[in-house]
Amino acid sequence: MRTHHPFAKWLIILGALHAIVVCAGFFAPYDPIEQDRKNPYLPPMQLHLMDAQGHLHLRPFAYALKLREGTFDQYEQDTSQLVPMRFFNSGAGYRLLGFLPSRIHLFGSVGTRICLLGTDGYGRDQFSRLLYGGQISLLAGILGAACTLSIGLCVGAAAGYFGGWKDDALMRVAELFLALPWLYLLFALRAFLPLSVSPLKAFFLIVAVIGAVGWARPARLVRGIVLSAKERDFVRAARGFGASDSYLLRRHILPETSSVLLTQAAILIPQYVLAEMTLSFLGLGVPEPAPSWGNLLSNLQQYSVLVSYWWMYLPALAMVPFFLGYLGLASSLQERREPYKIERRSPESLA
Amino acid sequence: MKNRRARRPCCRILLGFLALLFLALGRAAASPQQKSAKEELLVLPGELGKPGGRLVIALRGEPKTLNPLIAADTRSREVIGVMQADLVHINRATQLTEPALAKSWKLSPDALRYTVVLRQGLKFSDGHPLDADDVLFTFRVCLDENVHASQRDLLMIDGRPITVRKLNSRTVVFQLPKTYGVGERLFDGLAILPRHLLEKPYQEGKLGQIGTLATAANQWAGLGPFRLKEYVAGQRLVLERNPYYWKTDVKGNRLPYVNELVFLFVPNADAQVLKFQSGETDAIAQLSAENFSVLSRQQRGYTMVDAGPGLEYNFLFFNLNDLGEKASPDLTRKQKWFREVKFRQAVSAAVDREAIVRLVYQGRGTLLWGLVAPGNRRWGNEKLAHPPRSLERARTLLKEAGFSWGNGSNGESALLDSDGKPVEFSILTSSSNVDRTKMATLIQEDLKQLGMRVQVVPLEFRSLLDRVTQTKEYDACVMGIASYDADPNSDINVWLSSGGTHLWNPSQAHPATAWEAEIDRLIGEQMTARTFARRKKLYDRAQEILAENQPMIFLASPDILAGAKNSLGNFRPAVLEPYVLWNVEQLYLKNAPENSSR
Repeated sequence: MRTHHPFAKWLIILGALHAIVVCAGFFAPYDPIEQDRKNPYLPPMQLHLMDAQGHLHLRPFAYALKLREGTFDQYEQDTSQLVPMRFFNSGAGYRLLGFLPSRIHLFGSVGTRICLLGTDGYGRDQFSRLLYGGQISLLAGILGAACTLSIGLCVGAAAGYFGGWKDDALMRVAELFLALPWLYLLFALRAFLPLSVSPLKAFFLIVAVIGAVGWARPARLVRGIVLSAKERDFVRAARGFGASDSYLLRRHILPETSSVLLTQAAILIPQYVLAEMTLSFLGLGVPEPAPSWGNLLSNLQQYSVLVSYWWMYLPALAMVPFFLGYLGLASSLQERREPYKIERRSPESLA
Repeated sequence: MKNRRARRPCCRILLGFLALLFLALGRAAASPQQKSAKEELLVLPGELGKPGGRLVIALRGEPKTLNPLIAADTRSREVIGVMQADLVHINRATQLTEPALAKSWKLSPDALRYTVVLRQGLKFSDGHPLDADDVLFTFRVCLDENVHASQRDLLMIDGRPITVRKLNSRTVVFQLPKTYGVGERLFDGLAILPRHLLEKPYQEGKLGQIGTLATAANQWAGLGPFRLKEYVAGQRLVLERNPYYWKTDVKGNRLPYVNELVFLFVPNADAQVLKFQSGETDAIAQLSAENFSVLSRQQRGYTMVDAGPGLEYNFLFFNLNDLGEKASPDLTRKQKWFREVKFRQAVSAAVDREAIVRLVYQGRGTLLWGLVAPGNRRWGNEKLAHPPRSLERARTLLKEAGFSWGNGSNGESALLDSDGKPVEFSILTSSSNVDRTKMATLIQEDLKQLGMRVQVVPLEFRSLLDRVTQTKEYDACVMGIASYDADPNSDINVWLSSGGTHLWNPSQAHPATAWEAEIDRLIGEQMTARTFARRKKLYDRAQEILAENQPMIFLASPDILAGAKNSLGNFRPAVLEPYVLWNVEQLYLKNAPENSSR
């Protein structure tokens, strides 16, 4: 009972975070690729309840920002112009969950935009881009991990179950993959591909690449479990009754690997989100103007952005709760998988 | 000289006369420690400087060579520029020609013969005297096909070389095969080489291999203000002042002022900025607008200068190559749109140039509608139309060209061609050039409003160039070119259909279209026209034809941005290369140590 509790807690946290990203259209106030060319590098706007005259407002509001005369990116607050926040505002059209057309956003404003995390060099709302960017980065991580685990499962199970030269061959290939400098491999791979890749194709390409590169480690883990599982008494018994290979694998051996695979998934997903970010950061990922977390951070490659606009770092902070969530989930899964360890610890408390 | 002195008070007049008298008497009295009796030095007007000290500049990477015959990269040219000198030089500030090694020159009435007289007493940086044979040797080497000198093309007019003849040890005659519109500008940048050092390698056919950075200092000489001192691979190149340099200031002090010029090698533009910010370098040029504003904001003992519009022009162009059967069906389909003049005009009308100048150059740039950049004061065509952005006009043009609008795959309005296919293409940009990638992203959004779906593809510059000039597998591309001179002939390879940088369809055997043939004719005629007015008229017409047909959709031209420590005197950045070092002999350090030894 004790062990189930943190597991559920992490699951709820992660579920909530993912729900926000999945419903980015609703939570993001604006279209992530819409450029507001009059407001490049707008700093984050603060929300207030109390105005400059000391009056309390029920509705949160922000002050409009005005470009300082003769400058390109220096703004000052215009305290005479209040921009009230409107909840369930009708704004840019989007498709919720990819199919439900809607125009309702959690919040928005009339006229002047409220940019909670500021804007980038094209005047695009960073907050909206961050939420939409999460869709791409997280989906790439999850699909990539699924891809890796299925390859790892197949190869590991085959190697462990059949053994002999097949095992040797598969494991040597796995070692080869472990030794590959995958970043350079990606550079090479990208160079061979057609010139203009649509964002969708680029996305699946990234998923395929990061998914195909990391299968060796889970494959080894799975092989270890299969090796021990196939010698268990109940497996031998089933074999004695004439069960086929595929039946044995399906009903008796592979279920044994499920908890390892789940733990691996929780570790791999944040790793692959990071891999997607690295690729996009280096310009090998989803092309502009589509947002992804790596794309958002790639602005920081310029020295001038690095020293002038601190809010461009914020996307890097956004992934911290996601990563914490996944790592917390992984460790609680680990505990759940090895109840013996906990039991071994408990005699001390008994004594 | 006389006139200027005459306006000054009486005692000065007297002194002036006395000085002139002495000069007339064999220049015996002219400050003996500065110049020897029979030297004809060039006196540079301007602020007097203080001798001594070292000037440090950061370069983006190592120069490839010190050999002017094979130098192709800008870094090599920058370094060679301060080590070598030419007969006639273009003043980077006035954009006009000035005497350099040549004291004077005369053009024959038929405009086919230049008689050039060299200054007396000129010496190379190793002390060896210069005479007409060195000039002859230089031209012989440059014109030799086996040397593959980069200057050779400039010395060939209509496929025939300029011939050079020696009259006496100080007079050389250049015979042109045909009249040449550029005039004496052709001598600019043509470094006069030391025959005593290069004759032997030339005979052995090794001229292309010498002049590496590792050359021993006593094996290399030039006529520029600085000479080789030390090279540390991967770190720096140190030059020292040439004691035999042929320029003085108005007080008769021999230039250059600084004792040492150091080039540090750094990997990129941001590193250049950091070095400058930390005070390790004295001056910086070719700044991006972003870095310029970062440096301007945190002014710490340096001055930032916006020298105004430069000669760089950025443009979008479509693939108009005739690839025949090699072309992929996809590209052939797209080229049907690209070849339509109205399509290109519509794209041009839809591009928000003001946004480009504001967002890419932070307002430090100029909108552009023609090939002649605004920094070129003499050659621009003022009558060229500057239509403001109009999506209305763009839509009308597209409608006239048979395009229509329908529902695209994602429910948005999409532009369809006459076959009902959606208009989608990609724009290449250089991934290392943030500015141009930004331009392409803005254009992408502009064209989306016309229903075109555009992908921006940043590519490493070399593979981009390969695609554009070799394989020709691309749809469209954003590029920029910086002219090296204000004279239109510096862009001749862009204008002529046979040119290698006629980017939309380079190196054509015959002009592909009537208007390209017309431009070829105008530019060819302009090359040999004698008067400026005539050349300008022909050139204006060529600009108009280009603007009508829009093979290049001109976008914007950035200002030349530079900065220097407050302690750097005579810092006057120009809009022509080399932006800061063009007057390197006059640059001086206000805080140079007093007792600097010479």
